[in-house]
Amino acid sequence: MEKRELTCIGCPMGCAITVTMNGMEIKDIAGQTCKRGETYARKEVTSPSRVVTSTVVVDGGTERRVPVKTQNDIPKDKIFECMKALKGIHITAPVAIGDIILVNVAGTGVNIIAAKNIEQQHFV
Amino acid sequence: MKEYDIVVIGGGPAGLASALAAKENGIKDILILERDRELGGILNQCIHNGFGLHTFKEELTGPEYAARYIERVVDMKISYKLHTMVLDIRPDKVITAMNKEEGLFEIRTKAIILAMGCRERARGALNIPGYRPAGIFSAGTAQWLVNKEGYLPGREVVILGSGDIGLIMARRMTLEGAKVKVVAELMPYSGGLKRNIVQCLDDYGIPLKLAHTIIDIKGKKRLEGVTLAQVDENGKPVLGTEEEYSCDTLLLSVGLIPENELSGGMGVAMNPVTSGPFVNESLETNREGVFACGNVLHVHDLVDFVSEEAAVAGKNAAKYVKNQSENRVSAANSEEIVQDTKVCLKPVNGVRYTVPSTINPSRMEENQIVRFRVGAVYKNKTIGVYFDGEEVLKRKRMVMAPGEMEEVKLSKTMFLSHPNVQSITIQVEDV
Repeated sequence: MEKRELTCIGCPMGCAITVTMNGMEIKDIAGQTCKRGETYARKEVTSPSRVVTSTVVVDGGTERRVPVKTQNDIPKDKIFECMKALKGIHITAPVAIGDIILVNVAGTGVNIIAAKNIEQQHFV
Repeated sequence: MKEYDIVVIGGGPAGLASALAAKENGIKDILILERDRELGGILNQCIHNGFGLHTFKEELTGPEYAARYIERVVDMKISYKLHTMVLDIRPDKVITAMNKEEGLFEIRTKAIILAMGCRERARGALNIPGYRPAGIFSAGTAQWLVNKEGYLPGREVVILGSGDIGLIMARRMTLEGAKVKVVAELMPYSGGLKRNIVQCLDDYGIPLKLAHTIIDIKGKKRLEGVTLAQVDENGKPVLGTEEEYSCDTLLLSVGLIPENELSGGMGVAMNPVTSGPFVNESLETNREGVFACGNVLHVHDLVDFVSEEAAVAGKNAAKYVKNQSENRVSAANSEEIVQDTKVCLKPVNGVRYTVPSTINPSRMEENQIVRFRVGAVYKNKTIGVYFDGEEVLKRKRMVMAPGEMEEVKLSKTMFLSHPNVQSITIQVEDV
């Protein structure tokens, strides 16, 4: 039996969870103090995923870059592919929170969306 | 001179939430003064997610969290001035500020909410020997360069200090193609949140070396490397444990300091433990009508708690302004003096400080949240609250760490059953 030690990130509490595995089969999950901990541990040992945040270039905006994020979490092993896909993207201001920046990033089925409102730069 | 009911110093998360609460509690004349080019404060460069889990039950990025408050400030027509630097606040609540349009100007206000936030401890405060080459940044400066300007400050990175911004930047720079070689922490425990250690270091295989520090910096024009050494229990480097790391960038994430020059200037009493003002249950300082909230009061880990605390300050500032105008009418026909009883909170045995530091039972709400930090890592302990030595509350904690703020809730009933309480002790104890 293999034991995996995890730290739950569901809330600031950070419960130390021990998952006992037999191959790919979960035998036991212990240490969590709420249901979220169990869900997290189950996911973390079978299909870990993360929300990825970064920035892309904005043209004609009041700022140079707009923060972006994956609309949902993507598989952990797709993080660097996702970052690569964001390289070189230019979008034009104005940008609004929730605007789709890139569809289906790295074949994950998840879209990249804007995380900040950026207005157009008006030159006087 | 222009007059306001409430002036909020700082337009970050604390300033925004306090102004909104004051407005919701019936105050019309509110002004937020912000030195940056936009509202939102440090949230604007915190593009990672994880904000708002408590407040909105979803994980937002910093700019998204800020936008929710900024939109409400705009909707509720709360006025604000950007690019405006406050230079001085007088004890009689006259504020001197300046900006490009108005030059130097003064405004008078009935109440003030201090929401200036904090700044990073810099290299000069650390006494690291060695040269002073380019390539040494505070973690927050690197965050600004990467996230706002789009520049990568370097390729090979060592991070000193395991504060949250340092951990976040370890991941951020890794994602942008830099190699983060190590995070060194002087203390035997990390100062950051656990989730950040998991998601920013463990995920990318970045080693965290506890009880380690930098004892030498090499390179004349650009940083070329650092020497790491283990430290003993007194924080002194241990001979023979030196390790060389070549790097072109060193990020410092070695603590945050509340930015209280303005508060000190107007005679607000400071708590040497937090470097923030002493406040009562209403988050009011020793200067009547001057309130404090957010990182200027004590450094927080989670913005959710900043917003919550700031809303309390805003509500109490509103109450103060309303009482003041009522009192002016009633004071003419009555000589009544309100007897103020103050109960002192005493942090002992592992508890480093409490916010608030005094409670007036007659002014408290149904529940009073007391926030504090512990001085070391504790496992399976309890937090005990005593009213003049008599136990009123016990809360079990599986883990407590200096990097994670704790809180206990005191209820009005506790005070009703102890009407003559003089002091409240909060401590860490065995189960």
